[in-house]
Amino acid sequence: MSKAEILSNIRHGLGRGSATAEQKKAAMKRIQAHKATIIPKRSQLDQAGQIKLFREMASGAAAELIDIHHLSQLPAAVSEWLKKHDFSTLVSASDECLNELDWAALGDIQREQRIAQSGDVASLTTSMAGIAETGTLMLYSRPESPTTLNFLPDCHLVLLKESDIVGSYEDAWNQLRRKHPDSMPRTVNMITGPSRSADIGQKLQMGAHGPCVLVIFVLKDV
Amino acid sequence: MQIKSPQFKENARIALKNVELQEALSQFKYGFPVNRANAIKRLPEFEELRDEARDLKNHIIQNLDIYLEQFESKVVENGGHVHWCRTGDDANQAILDICKQVNAKTVTKGKSMVSEEINLNDYLEKNGVQPIETDLGEYILQLRDDHPSHIIAPAIHLNVDDVSETFHEHHKRPKTGDPQALMKEAREVLRKQFVSADVGITGANFLVAETGSTIIVTNEGNGDLTQTLPKTHIVITSIEKVVPTLEDMSLFLRLLARSATGQEFTVYNTLSTGPKRDTDQDGPENFHVVLVDNGRSEMVGSEFQDMLRCIRCSSCMNHCPVYGAVGGHSYGWVYPGPMGSVLTPKMIGIDKAAHLPNASTSCGKCEEVCPVRIPLPKLMRHWREKEFEKHLTPKAVRFGIAGWAFFAKRPAIYRWLARSSAWFMSSIAGKKGRIKKLPLAGGWTDWRDMPAPQGKTFMDQWKAKQKAGE
Amino acid sequence: MAFATVKLLEAAGCTVEVPEKQTCCGQPAYNSGDKSTTADIARQTIEAFDGYEYVVGPSGSCIGMLHYYPDVFDEDDPWKARAENLKSRAFEITQFLTDIVDFDKINAAFEGTITYHDSCSGLRQLGVKEQPRKLLSKVANLTLNEMEEAETCCGFGGTFCVKYPDISNRMVSNKTQYISDSGASTLVGGDLGCLLNMAGKLKREGKTIEARHIVEILADMTDTPAIGEADYDLAKAL
Repeated sequence: MSKAEILSNIRHGLGRGSATAEQKKAAMKRIQAHKATIIPKRSQLDQAGQIKLFREMASGAAAELIDIHHLSQLPAAVSEWLKKHDFSTLVSASDECLNELDWAALGDIQREQRIAQSGDVASLTTSMAGIAETGTLMLYSRPESPTTLNFLPDCHLVLLKESDIVGSYEDAWNQLRRKHPDSMPRTVNMITGPSRSADIGQKLQMGAHGPCVLVIFVLKDV
Repeated sequence: MQIKSPQFKENARIALKNVELQEALSQFKYGFPVNRANAIKRLPEFEELRDEARDLKNHIIQNLDIYLEQFESKVVENGGHVHWCRTGDDANQAILDICKQVNAKTVTKGKSMVSEEINLNDYLEKNGVQPIETDLGEYILQLRDDHPSHIIAPAIHLNVDDVSETFHEHHKRPKTGDPQALMKEAREVLRKQFVSADVGITGANFLVAETGSTIIVTNEGNGDLTQTLPKTHIVITSIEKVVPTLEDMSLFLRLLARSATGQEFTVYNTLSTGPKRDTDQDGPENFHVVLVDNGRSEMVGSEFQDMLRCIRCSSCMNHCPVYGAVGGHSYGWVYPGPMGSVLTPKMIGIDKAAHLPNASTSCGKCEEVCPVRIPLPKLMRHWREKEFEKHLTPKAVRFGIAGWAFFAKRPAIYRWLARSSAWFMSSIAGKKGRIKKLPLAGGWTDWRDMPAPQGKTFMDQWKAKQKAGE
Repeated sequence: MAFATVKLLEAAGCTVEVPEKQTCCGQPAYNSGDKSTTADIARQTIEAFDGYEYVVGPSGSCIGMLHYYPDVFDEDDPWKARAENLKSRAFEITQFLTDIVDFDKINAAFEGTITYHDSCSGLRQLGVKEQPRKLLSKVANLTLNEMEEAETCCGFGGTFCVKYPDISNRMVSNKTQYISDSGASTLVGGDLGCLLNMAGKLKREGKTIEARHIVEILADMTDTPAIGEADYDLAKAL
């Protein structure tokens, strides 16, 4: 009932009846074209430029960046960071590229592969892309990478390959469509720095409800 | 919330005397507006993006029925449900029905102005479902039984001490003046609620027709926990938020954060598409989108259609000198500032909201900063026209205009009148040329002197000069 | 002020006439939502200015109102085209001098420091921002100290200041604070309404800052009393 009334009101306001087949076709065509509007020049750079821009923007959004030169260095780098902060547990995504690694470097740090729970201190996930334009990470939900890992723990550790850094949001959508041609994953997260709020006395504080810290391990594979 | 818009003048008077509020407001203008200006400096394409966004929104409105139905079919395709709600009551009922279906006792809520618009919290509470606001500002307000005074910074009217008092009372922990400690306290308390809630309700900034996705834009991450942890995710949103594609959404995202807080990008931009997939380890099993109309469909084709372009960034109120003087509560309903002064009369009736479109100097700052170029002063004037047509304009104003118009339409008498008032004002001004009390203009002379005209009118002097020159 | 405008226009080589048929631009009716009165006055004003090459006024808000005239008439109303025509000929004085006649022979001096208030209609509707500053830069001995928030509304707003005096007062108080913080001894602007509002508040606050319309300075006619400073024997003389 409501639906018919709402649509009828809209059509009345537009001075027409139901959209014609042609009007619908035009709209569908517009959707399927995925045409980008204006993409800021700042993100239209060569790969080296995009990597540099991503670093600047992500740091500007208060993310911590740690370089690794080979994927095999990730466990040691993660271990070092966790030990520095006195953390003894890590909850991790189970992507193949992470599973293949030798995690002996963690030592006493307990590493579990599961969804996150309240009280978890640190999580590790991969990321699909880094978007240079604003230093934004793009992650998406799948069996190996449950969304709670991105939000519940106090610290979110993310692996980003330099080769996955793109210029604009549009580049990232195209990449996502290539990976998921049929439909979107349940959740797509664009993450730019750690959680924050200025709701108390207009004073910006990090760590509202999401992670207080965002660490990006940048794999220099370019 | 209770409608207090008819008492705008009284609300404003109280707000102007509220020292703490004035302190907060004077601090506020050095926040968002300054950050916005800096963000724009870093993005040379900003003005072009605004044009593009205006045109795209206009295109969407022209095809609104098509995009909404496409959005719906995609949501359903992904295993979700869409509930079309003509009124706020319909929407409240739809949400309560879903809650009852899943036997919900508690509901966590991300920030949603549409839910404020329809009084959702009160409705749920009355019907045995406990809503818990999780946006930090909204949470503080809920504990205080207060309402947002700003659409993206809801607790802007409170200071650190206010929050400390409130938390002390409800959390039974020692008071602290440290905002970081207070935030940590709220984080700990709310974590339990996130995990145990039966239903999570969030708003949506945009709905993507291409994919059937809803997107929320937050800095805190509360919206993500709200929509990921409970078994049921309800999105409450309104019909004008649909966009065709992810690319189109990206255009608005580029404008939204910069116009709102002045950030390059908001921390979390999260798209939700249907319920969790069978193989996913977490995420909600049920996904519902409650599409609220509440007067919007009637704005299509009306003189207020441009208002449907609004993306709720708050830039208009952040820059409005009237909002900056009296704060959001003075407006007496959900949406404050210039955008509220256009929307509120539509939603609660111009008879109740008559003050809002009048309490503006038409300075044009709001239009200057609107990312989708809504001509807000013009729309406010349209409400004044409606009032005038409906004879809602106060008698004094109406008679004043009529009297003035009588003369303004008669040039000879008008000049005589100008001459007489110049004489009258000069005569009461005394030697100093300043009027301390002017009949019928107490509003002026209560606060400032009225500089008196300096002698003969220009018209008389000009004519005398022309004559002498002949 | 009006004579100063005439003096500037004549110096720029214009022949100035002041049609008797004009009264007010109709803004009070327009802003109060009285469409029919606005249209009546618009028609009268359009007729009054028929045949003139340009219509120039020392007020962004009045000229701005003339620019709204096309909105007052329906598409098929023959007055609409006439309103558009008037709009294309109507200019605020500093805009006219700078953008239309490229007048640069300012022959004026002003001893002192001024600060400039950008009035809303001129600034945001007509785009008057650099023009007054460019002209003022040619005035000998004049120093311009920009105030904070020069572009923020002073709280006048026509009937607004009478309908919502408390809010208007808050706004003008901010303004007078910024004006005095600028260190200027004279406040200059391009709209009498705003200047009256701010001058009135400055006086009430006991501040000694004078208020002047920009044309008075550009035309070197500052020997007259500033706004609200006249010795009012005139009342008796009339």
